[in-house]
Amino acid sequence: MSETLTGAQALIKALEHEGVDVIFGMPGGAILPAYDPLYDSPIRHVLVRHEQGSGHMASGYAHATGRVGVCLATSGPAATNLITPLLDAYMDSIPVVAITGQVAQTSIGMDAFQEAHTWGISMPVTKHNYLITNVDEIPDVIREAFHLAATGRPGPVLVDVPKDILNDTLVWHKPGEMNLPGYKPSVKGHPKQVQSAIDMIHSAQRPVLYAGGGIIRANASDRLRRFAELSNLPTVTTLMARGAIPDSHELALGMPGMHGNYTAITAMQKADLLIAIGARFDDRVTGNVAAFAPEAKVVHVDVDPAEIGKVRNADVPIVGDADAVLEQLTFAMEHFLGSDPAPARTEWMETLAGWQRDFPLAYEQDPEGPIQQQYVIQEMHRITGGDAVVVAGVGQHQMWASQFWGFEKPRTWINSGGLGTMGYAIPAAIGAKAGAPDELVIAFDGDGCFQMTMQELVTASVEKIPVKIMVLNNSWLGMVKQWQKLFYNKRYSATDLTSHTPDFVGLAEAMGCAGIRAERPEEVGPAIEKALAINDRPVVVEFKCDPDAMVFPMVPAGGSNDDVVLSAEDLA
Amino acid sequence: MSRPNNISQHVITVTVEDKPGVLARVSSMFARRGFNIHSLAVGPTVDPSLSRITLVADGPEMEQIIKQLYKLVNTVKVTEHPAGASIEREIMLVRVNADSKRRGEILDAAGIFDARAVDVGKMTITFELAGEPGRLADFLELMRPYGIVDLVKSGRIALARDPKTKNGRQPELRSA
Repeated sequence: MSETLTGAQALIKALEHEGVDVIFGMPGGAILPAYDPLYDSPIRHVLVRHEQGSGHMASGYAHATGRVGVCLATSGPAATNLITPLLDAYMDSIPVVAITGQVAQTSIGMDAFQEAHTWGISMPVTKHNYLITNVDEIPDVIREAFHLAATGRPGPVLVDVPKDILNDTLVWHKPGEMNLPGYKPSVKGHPKQVQSAIDMIHSAQRPVLYAGGGIIRANASDRLRRFAELSNLPTVTTLMARGAIPDSHELALGMPGMHGNYTAITAMQKADLLIAIGARFDDRVTGNVAAFAPEAKVVHVDVDPAEIGKVRNADVPIVGDADAVLEQLTFAMEHFLGSDPAPARTEWMETLAGWQRDFPLAYEQDPEGPIQQQYVIQEMHRITGGDAVVVAGVGQHQMWASQFWGFEKPRTWINSGGLGTMGYAIPAAIGAKAGAPDELVIAFDGDGCFQMTMQELVTASVEKIPVKIMVLNNSWLGMVKQWQKLFYNKRYSATDLTSHTPDFVGLAEAMGCAGIRAERPEEVGPAIEKALAINDRPVVVEFKCDPDAMVFPMVPAGGSNDDVVLSAEDLA
Repeated sequence: MSRPNNISQHVITVTVEDKPGVLARVSSMFARRGFNIHSLAVGPTVDPSLSRITLVADGPEMEQIIKQLYKLVNTVKVTEHPAGASIEREIMLVRVNADSKRRGEILDAAGIFDARAVDVGKMTITFELAGEPGRLADFLELMRPYGIVDLVKSGRIALARDPKTKNGRQPELRSA
C-alpha cells in the first residue's frame, strides 16, 4: 500500500483528499513542481491573470458554496499579491486556503530571487499559517489548514511550501489525528446564558434581532427566521448578512448602518434590547459607539469570544456557533412560551411600521434624465425575479445594490464588507460562478472598481465562466466624490475619471466578452434582457449613469445614529 | 523605565505549543492590536511540547488581550496573575560606580539585599539580584545615587501559588 510520492504529488493528492474541485492560481518558479501533478489531477485549475484575482475568486467561491476556496501562487511577488484577498477574507470570515511556493530552504534568508518572507507577511492577515519544513508534514498540514479555515470562526489559512520540499519524497500517508491542543471552538452556548437571554428577550419592549454575517457562515438562516417568528423579533441584516432573513419577511427591517435605511438604523438606536448574532458591532453599523443604542441591553452570540465585549459590553454573552445557539434559543423559547404566543409589542411594531411608511428608501428616475444607478439594480431584479447571486465591488454601487436588491436567500449576496476592497466584484463573481455554475451570477461594479481587476475578464472568457458584469459608470470615484461634495466643500480632488473613461464595451470585447451599452433610461431594460440572453461568454454592460447621484440615507462618519441624513438637503 | 507593580500592569502567562514562530505570533498580535508589552520572558515547561511566555502588559484591555491570545491557534492556556496571588520573579545584573572610597559602603548596602557581587573592576561593581520585582526596584533606588553604569533585566516570570497557600498562610513560600 505504501506509495512514494514527491512533495508536489502529495500536496495535490492532499487537496484532492479534501474534496477540492477547483483551484484558482497562477504558476511560477517556486511552485512549478506542484503544477506538474496538477496537470493530471481531476481538480480544475482556473488560470488567473493576477494573483489578487485568484484570492478573491477563492473568496467568491467560498461565499457562494460554503466550501473552502483554494488559491495557488508562487513565491515572492505572487505571494504578496495574495495579501489583499487574504485580509479581505479574514475581515469577512471567509474560509480560504492559500498555497504558496517558497524558495528552497537553503535559499531562505538569502534574499534569493522571488523570495519573500511570506509566513511573516501573511501572519496578521490569516487565521493561521504554516511554513512546511519537512515533506512528511504535507498531508497533516493540509488537513489542519482546511479544518482551521472551515471551523469555528472561518477564515483564511496560508501554507507556504519551499521548492525543495515539493521535490522531496515521502511515503504517502493519510492525515492522522489533528494535533491542535489550543484550538477548541465552542459550538453550543452555555445553557444558563441561553436561559438569561430568553428571559431578557421575553421581557423586552423594543427588541431588535441584529443578524450579522456569522448567520450566513454558519448556515443558520432557517433557524434565524424561525426564532425571529417564534419570538416576534424585528430583524436587521447587516451588509454581510443580507439574505439571512428574506427582505420580504414582515419582520425584516433591512440593512442598518452608515447607509442603512432609516427604520433599521433607528430601530437599533431606540431598542431596549439588541440580540446580536454573528455580528461584531462594526463601526459602519454603530456610528459613534458612545452614542449607539444608548438604552439597549445586549445579548451577544458569537463563535469568536474575542468579539464579545470588544466594542460594546454584552449583558448576556453567549459563545457558540450561530446555528447551534439559535437551536438552543428556539428550544428554550418554545419551552418558555408553552402554548402562549410571544409578546405582541404592538406599540413598537406600529412605530417601526410608521418609520417604514414615512422613510422608505427612495430615488427618482427622470425618464428624460440620466440613468439612476438604483434603477438599473431594480430593473435587473424585476427582470430576473431576483433569482440570482449578486456580487458587488466597493463604493456607491455596493451600497445601492445592498439597499435596492431584495435578498430572499442566504449566499446570494457577495461583497467585501470589512476590508472594503475595490475591484472585488469581477474576480469574486468568477469564483462564485465557478463554484455554483447553475446560478445566474450578476456583479454590479463601479467604473473605478472595474479598472482595478478587469483583466480577470480574460480569465472568465478563456475558462468559459459566463458572469454578467453591470458597470454602473458615473465616471467618478463616486463615494469619495460624495464625501468631497458633502464634507470637503465640493473640492473634487483626484476623483474625476471623466477625462480618461475607457471604452468599456471595447474593453469587454477585447477580453472575449460581449459588450453592451445603455445610455438612456429606456435602454436599461433591453440591455439587461440582451445580457441575460448571452450565456456562452461573459457579458459586460456599461450603464452611463448619473455622475451626481448620492447614496442616502447616510450617517456621516463618526456621527451618531440619531442623526440620519435622508437627503442632501438635510445637510444644507 | 516604569515602576514595577504599577497598578495598570498585569502579569499573564501564556502556555503555547513549542513551535517555530509562536513568539512572533504573540508579539505581532500585540503590535497589531495596539497593546503594550512591558516585559516578556520565554522558556520551556515541564512538558517538552509546550513553552511558557510570561508577559507584563498594560492597560484596561486585559480581557481583550487574553481573548486575542486565546485566538492564536498555538495558544493552549492563558493565566492572569492578580497582584499578590502569584510568585513573581525577575533577575537583573546592575553595574554600579564604585571607586575604592565607596566600595565598602556599596557592598554593605548590597548585603542587605542579598545582591551578589559577580564582577568587580577598578571603578565598578556588578551585582546580580533575583527576586520580587519590587525588591529589585528598591535596590536600584538605593544604588542610583552612586551612579548606575549599566543594567540588564530579565523579563518577569510568574507562577500561580498553590491554591492552599493563598492569603499568605504559608509565608515561607514567599522567599522561595
